Amino acid sequence: MSTYESFKSLSRAMFLGFKRDRTALFFTVLFPLMFLVIFGGIFGHQTTSKVKVLEVGQASIIDRAVAGGSDQLGKVMEVKKTSDRTDALRKVEKGDADAVVEQDGNRLVVHYSAADQVKSGTVRGLMNSIVESANVSATGKPPAFTVANKQVEDDSLKAIQFFTPSLLGWALASAGVFGASQTLVTWRTKGILRRLQLSPAPIPTVFAARVAVSLAIALVQFALFVVVAQLPMFGLKLSGAWWMAIPMVIAGVLAFLSIGMLIGAWAKTQETAQAVTQLVVLPMAFLGGSFFPLDASPAWMRTLSYIFPLRYLNEGMLNVMGRGLGPSSALPQIGVLLGVAVVGALIAVRLFRWDAV
Amino acid sequence: MAQTIEVTGLRKRYGDVRAVDGVTFAVEEGEFFGILGPNGAGKTTTLEIIEGLREPDEGDLTVLGLSPWPRNPKLLPRIGVQLQASAFFERLTAREQLQTFGSLYGVPAKKADAMLELVGLDDKADVRVEKLSGGQAQRLSIACALVHDPELLFLDEPTAALDPQARRNLWDVLREISTEGRSIVLTTHYMDEAESLCDRVAIMDAGKILKLGPPAVLVRGLDAPARISVASGVLAVEDARVLPGADEAGDDGVSLTISTRDPSAVVAAMAAKDALDGVQIRGATLEDVFLELTGREYRA
Repeated sequence: MSTYESFKSLSRAMFLGFKRDRTALFFTVLFPLMFLVIFGGIFGHQTTSKVKVLEVGQASIIDRAVAGGSDQLGKVMEVKKTSDRTDALRKVEKGDADAVVEQDGNRLVVHYSAADQVKSGTVRGLMNSIVESANVSATGKPPAFTVANKQVEDDSLKAIQFFTPSLLGWALASAGVFGASQTLVTWRTKGILRRLQLSPAPIPTVFAARVAVSLAIALVQFALFVVVAQLPMFGLKLSGAWWMAIPMVIAGVLAFLSIGMLIGAWAKTQETAQAVTQLVVLPMAFLGGSFFPLDASPAWMRTLSYIFPLRYLNEGMLNVMGRGLGPSSALPQIGVLLGVAVVGALIAVRLFRWDAV
Repeated sequence: MAQTIEVTGLRKRYGDVRAVDGVTFAVEEGEFFGILGPNGAGKTTTLEIIEGLREPDEGDLTVLGLSPWPRNPKLLPRIGVQLQASAFFERLTAREQLQTFGSLYGVPAKKADAMLELVGLDDKADVRVEKLSGGQAQRLSIACALVHDPELLFLDEPTAALDPQARRNLWDVLREISTEGRSIVLTTHYMDEAESLCDRVAIMDAGKILKLGPPAVLVRGLDAPARISVASGVLAVEDARVLPGADEAGDDGVSLTISTRDPSAVVAAMAAKDALDGVQIRGATLEDVFLELTGREYRA
């Protein structure tokens, strides 16, 4: 009889079982995506919005600065003309606009509200510099001092670059551990393991099918995450060796499956397996850096994080997906995860029981 | 011809409990063999050892001429084991279950429909296992055990927890299966089931076989009296006691019951007195044999 046929149909059976389980589908696929959308939405747009300036009447200094200035000014300031002075002032009072400007001869009058200190500061600074440069050009001489702006690449990551790989890490960990532990305990308590034991199918085939299904599910999770995070509203940018995330995902799934098998081999009931799985996955997600960057956490937490396999998955994925580092930046992490997979599987095999008695 | 199952001096203990304590028997080809016994008698352990799920501490056994322990991939395709009705993959339909289990034996997927028809589940092919009734799930479980057409089939309490209709219906299925020349080993604690299905039965208690033989022979060997009962008041107890052939009589207010070893003489005498209103004659059954052998006290 063909081992491949057994493998194929067992995989199919498990996949159908998963696909038809709405709860599992929700928790492995939609739930982490919801987190991505929420976190990406909250933390993704922390750039300050433009300063809104209402120009009452004709303010030639402003008009010239906007027309002749570089688009630098357009990036921080939005100017709207209006003739209704009272209405414009009320808008500033209510916070709908940040300042009202009017030109009285050679004098530029700026009305602002002290309610928003940051915005009003920006407006006043902007107006000062506009008037300064108008003064300089009025002298007809080149300015005595100039500023040369040079941008340094920001070392801190944009939120989405962090959350995509690390929330994905959490999603993979919980799907892997849950999938394996639940399958093993359910199969044992229901007697499916016994039925498999009584069939001539080679036992490794049975486990290979479970691993294959989990890998397929993980790659679907990965694809969905990457697609959603790359939508313009979230703006994930993949560069460099991002494809290294795929071997990273595979190594991570193997590690978490083996932890799940370990729990499933040990636990006697589904309830125990579920509780232990939660106890393993949740602290690991928090302390392994899935919900906030480890760089920003206290030293003891960073030290503690080294005992969690999820830390290595998060770190490796962050390197190749978030930071755009080279392919070799994920290799040590892949090594650790494969090591966890082997050790976990060896212990699981020792604890393995065919039946509940 | 070699026996289908040959078991000699089988022993298995768990701690201090001797679950199987020196069991010897043989099952012939094509035979429907029953193992009867109260809970904890060692029926299931005996079956599990024969199926190759457990290693015996002592004893010799061959199944279809092969040794079942350790897990023997040459033997497994030739035996079928019906397991508890919940041993199905979750959220698969009846047909998908059969196809999946069949594929483990290299059985083509189209065989599934023939199996569903055999156990009368053809109209449930696309129903998920969670939606099947107890009797339907039990029949599907038997279909799963038969999907690879095994020479030897094991059934462990197949009708437990089924309603009377579902039980009779399953018996019909089992009779049909056994006519195909297959050997069947069944455990049960329903005596009527064993009496109606099995060619031979072994009565087991405390890890030992107490009696072995065809049900009718066991019942005859018991030499138990027949019981004749009529509605209460048809005949006075004193008159009943002195009827020719009567051993004992009693009236519980509902019926008058007469024990006798010569039922025809008693019935003739009662007919002469026109006292046959609601008559019932009950001979000894396998149940009497069983209770005689294993005792009447209740054991949880």
